[in-house]
Amino acid sequence: MLNVTWFVLAVVLFIGYFFLEGFDYGVGMLLPVVGRNDHDRRLVLSTIGPFWDGNEVWLIASGGSLLAAFPAWYASFLSSFYLAFFFLLAALIVRGVAIEFRSRVEDLRWRQIWDSLFVWGSFVPPLVWGFIMANMVRGIPIDAQGNFVGSLLQLVNVYSILGAISVAFVFALHGALFLMIRTKGVLHERAEKIAYRIGPAATGIFLIFVVMTYYQTDIVRRLGLDPGPIPVFAFLSMIAVRLFLQRGQEKWAFVSTGFTIILSTITIFLSLYPDVMISSLNPSWNLTIYNAAANPYSLHVMTIMTIFLLPIVLGYQAWSYWVFRKRIDQHSKLEY
Amino acid sequence: MAHTVLGDEKMTNVGLARLQFGGTLLYHFLFVPLTIGLGLLIAILETFYYRSHNDVYRKAMQFWMKIYLVNFAVGVVTGIIQEFQFGTNWADFSRFVGDVFGAPLAIETLMAFFLESTFLGVWIFGWEKLSPKVHLFAIWMVALGSAMSAFWILAANSFMQEPVGFVFRHGRTEMVNFFAVLANPQLWLEFPHTLFGAIATGSIFMAAVSSYHLIRHTNDEVFEPSFRIAMIGALIGSVSVFILGHEQAQHLIVAQPMKMAASEALWHTSPIHAPWTIVGTIDTKTHSDPFVLQIPYLLSILAYNRLSGRVTGLLELNHLYQLRYGPGNYMPPIVWTFWAFRTMIFAGTTMMLIAIIGAYLTIKGKRPHWLLVLMEWTLILPYLSNTAGWVMTEVGRQPWAVFGLLKTPNGISPTVSISELWTTVIGYGILYLSIAAAAIYLFLLIIHQGPSQEQGQENEEESSKHGYLLHGHESLRHAKSPVHYDDLH
Repeated sequence: MLNVTWFVLAVVLFIGYFFLEGFDYGVGMLLPVVGRNDHDRRLVLSTIGPFWDGNEVWLIASGGSLLAAFPAWYASFLSSFYLAFFFLLAALIVRGVAIEFRSRVEDLRWRQIWDSLFVWGSFVPPLVWGFIMANMVRGIPIDAQGNFVGSLLQLVNVYSILGAISVAFVFALHGALFLMIRTKGVLHERAEKIAYRIGPAATGIFLIFVVMTYYQTDIVRRLGLDPGPIPVFAFLSMIAVRLFLQRGQEKWAFVSTGFTIILSTITIFLSLYPDVMISSLNPSWNLTIYNAAANPYSLHVMTIMTIFLLPIVLGYQAWSYWVFRKRIDQHSKLEY
Repeated sequence: MAHTVLGDEKMTNVGLARLQFGGTLLYHFLFVPLTIGLGLLIAILETFYYRSHNDVYRKAMQFWMKIYLVNFAVGVVTGIIQEFQFGTNWADFSRFVGDVFGAPLAIETLMAFFLESTFLGVWIFGWEKLSPKVHLFAIWMVALGSAMSAFWILAANSFMQEPVGFVFRHGRTEMVNFFAVLANPQLWLEFPHTLFGAIATGSIFMAAVSSYHLIRHTNDEVFEPSFRIAMIGALIGSVSVFILGHEQAQHLIVAQPMKMAASEALWHTSPIHAPWTIVGTIDTKTHSDPFVLQIPYLLSILAYNRLSGRVTGLLELNHLYQLRYGPGNYMPPIVWTFWAFRTMIFAGTTMMLIAIIGAYLTIKGKRPHWLLVLMEWTLILPYLSNTAGWVMTEVGRQPWAVFGLLKTPNGISPTVSISELWTTVIGYGILYLSIAAAAIYLFLLIIHQGPSQEQGQENEEESSKHGYLLHGHESLRHAKSPVHYDDLH
């Protein structure tokens, strides 16, 4: 029971990370397109300014709770995707300092360098996560001890590359819609144009990825031919984005990409359950929510702490979004 | 001999994993103490501003905030690496201790790091949008968050030094008593020691930068109060660190005698009246210290608060450990531990003496020129002692990753290849160096520029009218030169 609870909590933390940092990364990816000059770029960065740092903690929370609740999963997960995580972490370092450093010097070249690093640092994480998640669902060569025994080339294939690209597209769309609800005027118009352009491409690639999942993984055996409503709704909410946009309901469009991210994440973990890491070598070497978990006492302690702390975190994070609900326009004051 | 990281000619997987982890830790810890210490000082400055409405405090805190943000950015990103390295490079360590070790790390993010990061965002962007009271509350939450963060991280580290609250079951450590993990005596020495060390670091940093400006008379009205507050902070911080350090050494005798013996290069058990070695040469081959300069009785005093008392030597302890844990070498790298301990002690003590003299003069209302020059140079001392402190703590624990339970070489990710390790070691190395260069450049630039002059003048009128910067004042949004603390255009 506690194992299931912690599996759900881990998924919740991942959802928090993908949902919140998803639009952060999207905004970063679109920085050069929406922000054509320095002033505009500063405005674009201001839309995520008060939030991105707090959002990133969701990743750290996901990692920390994985280590606490499922140490063996954490160990296998991170060491198996060793270089992928290196690129992710390098991107996060670069991205984090780029946004803080860029405006400290009044020099256009200095700012352009950091801006391009910020864009790079925003592209890499979604690509890496798409790559990792695709491989997670497909299974990777891990031995009886949970150690990765394959080569990097075994992880790189059409399916995982497609996973990487589709996550990048979905996050870019999520970011474009976030920019729409956070801005007024010319920035808003540009974001809208981009959202229209990314939408169909994102939906198309996402569809191909979903279809491929049926062939590339044993998801059919796991979930059955009828995958249930969750994946279906994940896809429908993707399509709904366009309808909301055409009606001018940009907030609902943003909620829609949000649902796409949430439901897709749930789908991935649901397709794994009760496994958390699938061994492509031998199914009996799979890590499950039982054999990878901490002992019941640890889970108990963690559960109590989390029940107290998570609502408080959600409370003040929601409050911070409420404080900065006003849209950014050309006259807004700049921090970055 | 996998456990002498820097002495190896050929790097092993263990050596590279250690180099990477130790490098990240020391790099990370160049930034963390300043985040904790300066954050607290900025919160104090804002409290003064909130009470007095004196614009000088606002200008001061906005200036320090610029430095804080550059520093915070590097601290945070390297902290993320630190957390994920337990999984990427130390998979078997994570499997072995994750059950106990993971809980404090997870609680750290939930209780402290979310708080710090979210409220920092609120603070930076919230000048116009929050009431003065809520804005002040935000900075205190940032300060509280970073202090709590230190607590939970050190709770995890303390478990590696002194495992408590667990049983050995299913081939790993399993937590059986969470409160024992929190009540770990090691934690209650390590945490205050580190916290006051951070306060000393932040204070001396502030004093040094203030001195730089006070010498040049660029902004006396801003830097005078900063200097005074910083000197008081330096006094409290460095004296507390000293006292707590002494307590810690005494605990070490009981909990990790090998680390204590190594930091003294004490090969054989000391005589009943043990002298303390100021400096010495160490011969690791013959197990002797050919030349030593010693103060009589001091090691006994250090260890037991009295003039007599033996301190057990390395060779005796090694023999004891061989009986307990099986054949092998249980001595940490002696030279590293010995010199790290001395660096920490000398830097820390000098820093404390300077702080006492400086604070005394400051309270007396004196600020001689030599004190300002001295304070500028003192800045190097907290950084020296912080780094040396960690080297002693972590290198001195070797060959154990978890004392008495897991040796370091058994903790690595067994199937990560040496080429992957080299890739990440070089990759992170380049990143760290480039970022350090950019950060130092920014520090110097921000310090040299000082607080923005014209901003202050524009604001004086406003703040006296409203009692708080720009609060509820919409018209200034459209002013030609937006009034903001870190607006650089």
